[in-house]
Amino acid sequence: MIGEWLDIGPVSQIAPGHARTLPVRGGEEIAVFHTLDNRFYALVNRCPHKAGPLSQGIVHGNVVTCPLHSWNISLKTGEALGDDQGCVPTIPLKVDAGRIYLLREAVVGRRAA
Amino acid sequence: MNAPMSFDKSAGSQAFAERLVVIGNGMAGCRAVEEILARDPARFAVTIFGAEPRVNYNRIMLSPVLAGEKAFDDIVINPDEWYAGNGITLVSGDPVVAIDRVTQTVASRSGRVEPYDRLLIATGSDPFIIPVPGHDLPGVVTFRDLDDVEKMLAAAQHGGHAVVIGGGLLGLEAAHGLALRGMAVSVVHLMPTLMERQLDEAAGYLLKTELERRGQTILTGADTAEILEKDGHVAGVRLKDGRELPADIVVMAVGIRPATGLAKAAGLDVERGILVDDHMVTSDPAILAVGECVQHRGQCYGLVAPLWDMCRALADHATGRSTGYTGSVTSTKLKVSGIDLFSAGDFSGGDGAEDIVMRDAARGIYKRVIVKDDRLVGTVLYGDTADGSWYFDLLRKGEDISAIREALIFGQAFAQGGALADPNAAVAALSDDAEVCGCNGVSKGKVVATIQAGACSLDAVRSQCKASASCGSCTGLVEGLLRLTLGEDVQSGPKTMCKCTSFTHSDVRRLIVEKQLKFIPQVLQELGWTTPDGCASCRPALNYYLLCAWPGEYVDDQQSRFVNERMHANIQKDGTYSVVPRMWGGLTNPRELRAIADVVEKYNAPMVKVTGGQRLDIFGIRKEDLPAVWADLNAAGMVSGHAYGKSLRTVKTCVGSEWCRFGTQDSTGLGVKLERMTWGSWMPHKFKIAVSGCPRNCAEATIKDFGVVCVDSGYELHVGGNGGIKVRATDLLCKVETEAEAMEVCAAFIQLYREQAWYLERTAPWIERVGLDQVKAALFDDAAAVPALAARFRHSQQFMQDDPWARRAAGENADLHQHLAEVRPLEFV
Ligand code: SRM
Ligand SMILES: Cc1cc2nc3c(=O)[nH]c(=O)nc-3n(C[C@H](O)[C@H](O)[C@H](O)COP(=O)(O)OP(=O)(O)OC[C@H]3O[C@@H](n4cnc5c(N)ncnc54)[C@H](O)[C@@H]3O)c2cc1C
Ligand code: SF4
Ligand code: FES
Repeated sequence: MIGEWLDIGPVSQIAPGHARTLPVRGGEEIAVFHTLDNRFYALVNRCPHKAGPLSQGIVHGNVVTCPLHSWNISLKTGEALGDDQGCVPTIPLKVDAGRIYLLREAVVGRRAA
Repeated sequence: MNAPMSFDKSAGSQAFAERLVVIGNGMAGCRAVEEILARDPARFAVTIFGAEPRVNYNRIMLSPVLAGEKAFDDIVINPDEWYAGNGITLVSGDPVVAIDRVTQTVASRSGRVEPYDRLLIATGSDPFIIPVPGHDLPGVVTFRDLDDVEKMLAAAQHGGHAVVIGGGLLGLEAAHGLALRGMAVSVVHLMPTLMERQLDEAAGYLLKTELERRGQTILTGADTAEILEKDGHVAGVRLKDGRELPADIVVMAVGIRPATGLAKAAGLDVERGILVDDHMVTSDPAILAVGECVQHRGQCYGLVAPLWDMCRALADHATGRSTGYTGSVTSTKLKVSGIDLFSAGDFSGGDGAEDIVMRDAARGIYKRVIVKDDRLVGTVLYGDTADGSWYFDLLRKGEDISAIREALIFGQAFAQGGALADPNAAVAALSDDAEVCGCNGVSKGKVVATIQAGACSLDAVRSQCKASASCGSCTGLVEGLLRLTLGEDVQSGPKTMCKCTSFTHSDVRRLIVEKQLKFIPQVLQELGWTTPDGCASCRPALNYYLLCAWPGEYVDDQQSRFVNERMHANIQKDGTYSVVPRMWGGLTNPRELRAIADVVEKYNAPMVKVTGGQRLDIFGIRKEDLPAVWADLNAAGMVSGHAYGKSLRTVKTCVGSEWCRFGTQDSTGLGVKLERMTWGSWMPHKFKIAVSGCPRNCAEATIKDFGVVCVDSGYELHVGGNGGIKVRATDLLCKVETEAEAMEVCAAFIQLYREQAWYLERTAPWIERVGLDQVKAALFDDAAAVPALAARFRHSQQFMQDDPWARRAAGENADLHQHLAEVRPLEFV
């Protein structure tokens, strides 16, 4: 798989329970999350409801609560939980030797319309 | 030899045996040889090179050796006789320095050249050393082999201070050993949780508390800047935040790296580890590799269990029966005496994954199992690990647990106890004198009697016999007894804080103070939360309750704050922010107006607006620009207006006696003073104040949380007003004669609200709930109450009146405002 992964830096850049953003020129901004039990996930930073920036939500378990109207979005699948309907694209992510990698084609392939 | 058919192993077989050379006399290398010998003792003539000058020993037992619980002789796996008896040549203390794949030979440091037919690389890992200044000083050691242990023991003879860098399994075992050997030990760990790869926040917190109780200093979230020197030897460690720790020895235990140097130099395929297939064959078919130095299906391992599986597959293949290795699920135990801790599998939850959590605060137990699609996928156990292997077995086999799900968390005995698997039946089976509530010593019989005497809700049981009123860990049992005794007639109690707990907001507030709970993970543990880390509704509430209970002591948890409070600005529908600087009492001046105008232009703010709270709101600021905007506003003397906070918002005023023909008192001046006294304070909800100069009430003081209406003879103080969704006019609290009294009552009232209201309850619903009479009684029945409450408010304000914008503008929490990086696709395509 070497070469297909984008190295976006060390895990220590994102404190547990927080998220940080990765703008993609000509594409959609990505939010990278670090949960309280030390897992990492990446989603397009756009809530399926009204495009709220998910990176700014509260992270609990592997769910983020959108800062605009409190939809709960699964970090694993990008799907809205509970009664809400909608899904945001996830970006394949791996952690290796303390660094975070995103699948390049998922990052650059997502051009803004 | 002329007796090829001989069955005599040492003579005959050697002649035709393939030459197997093993690099690495460690756990994997020797186990692989043992496995091969068990299958076909005659197949290979074996030579083992070992860098360490000794026989094969059990590396994981170095921790007990350091702790003084074992001697080296106790941990030897294969003594000299094993090598001799199996015809193995051991070359110890002489590492291999090169592999020549063309001539199929290896060369050792001493110059020995050994030909091979098959080569096995089992070089293990090298400890990772963070390259900070001073990392190569004498007295800086790693923890990997017996030499390291001997260095630590030599240092410990003189007592003194040890600093262990790294709070993972190895670091904590080193710290434990050195502490038992009489050193004062500090552990410096980069992440906020110890052993974060194996433990969740809850278990990490319990572990830290226990180690601290034993006298170790545990510094989490601490980054090493430099190792300090004195007289050519290590003398201390300086952290990035400036703290310095004295050290006579520094142990670096920050991680390991597969030892791949030889393989790489020989041109084998290497990524993080040496790449091997399912039969442990490298990219050269004549070369095998096994142990921590390999990477199999993308995984590198740092524990022994996977090595055993690898060695079996390797030996099968080498002796002609390919079975193949498919990867391992691992589990971890910490070898620190008296601390029981077990973790296995995936504890990140996931969709459809459900957490089952059990906490027993009285016994210091936390258990969590993660279930997905009726299978167990992970577990974290602290304090009681007796069922660890049972859970691990369920996990590895992927067994369907739906039949025992309800009782799973209680462990094997319970879950497999037939009828007992029904929790109601289990409760029914308890004898009458079985203790249900350990904290308050209440038996089952007592609880049932209380229920029969009329307590038909959890809350009634709690207040009448105290069962489940303290730590809450027996709540499930009490609820079971309610169901058993009353069937359908159980009344659900008052609303609990959220789905993570059976306690109400009031219970939680009371217990935080009573039990001196000081951190969120501690509250979750002591009050038996049913989720591992709470949710988006309880975390902000707990953060506030702790902040209110322990001013100056509690460290705010940013992660538990809603975005606006974390960013100190209001998020807008397009993801940008609005910025509202404070305008004391609604007053402003040319300097402030100019600064605002400049900011609007400089950052292209699309809109600036006069708010309903008598100040200006600048819209459309990007999160990256916020610190710079604040720096500019700060420079003109303005601070955060907290338009985003569950905190003091605005103090609206009217012109008052200074200008107005009807004004009776200086309403503007009093408004400014009130705002100066109260700004920065965190509250259960937002809090608004207004001061009107006469009963015409132009500042709308009678729909504010605290409103002052000035009259000729003094000041009428009103409370509990609300504009907003449901309008409520204020109640008159009292009338006072002087400004000073008005301010004192204001401070006392705010503090009462801060200490009593539930999170997200404004003063209006709070007063409706407890009643105005209660509020008046709490303030005025005892003449000492107002001064005492006001003093507590002022004490807390001393820590709160610190402009959050100024700190951010100066660089605090910069990562909240900056992107990780920017991806410019053209450069990659
Ligand atoms: C900016 C402002 C409107 C304006 O342009 O005038 C405003 C804007 C918002 N108000 Fe307000 N309120 C503003 C004055 C008011 C007032 C008037 C006042 O304070 O005299 C009220 C009625 C008085 C009251 O609070 O009782 C008011 C009652 C509300 C409510 C209903 C509160 C309630 O208890 O029912 C909400 C909703 C909430 O807080 O949950 C709300 C919430 C909001 C939020 C925070 C909505 C949100 O969560 O995003 C808006 C934030 C906009 C932003 O990003 O800045 N706003 N809001 C005013 C800011 C005042 C300031 O300088 O800080
Ligand atoms: C203190 C400590 C406690 C541990 N506790 C646990 C535990 O509780 N549970 C658990 O599962 N795991 C534990 N581990 C990890 C476990 O010990 C390792 O996973 C295991 O030892 C790896 O085996 P290996 O053969 O791959 O490497 P090693 O056992 O390290 O063997 C590699 C050997 O190769 C030698 N070598 C390297 N290069 C050369 C060369 N060029 N020429 C010749 N020889 C060379 C090395 O000197 C070493 O002796 C612990 C480790 C340590 C250090
Ligand atoms: S009234 Fe509604 S729309 Fe207007 S600012 Fe307040 S919350 Fe927003
Ligand atoms: S935009 Fe996310 S909940 Fe509305």
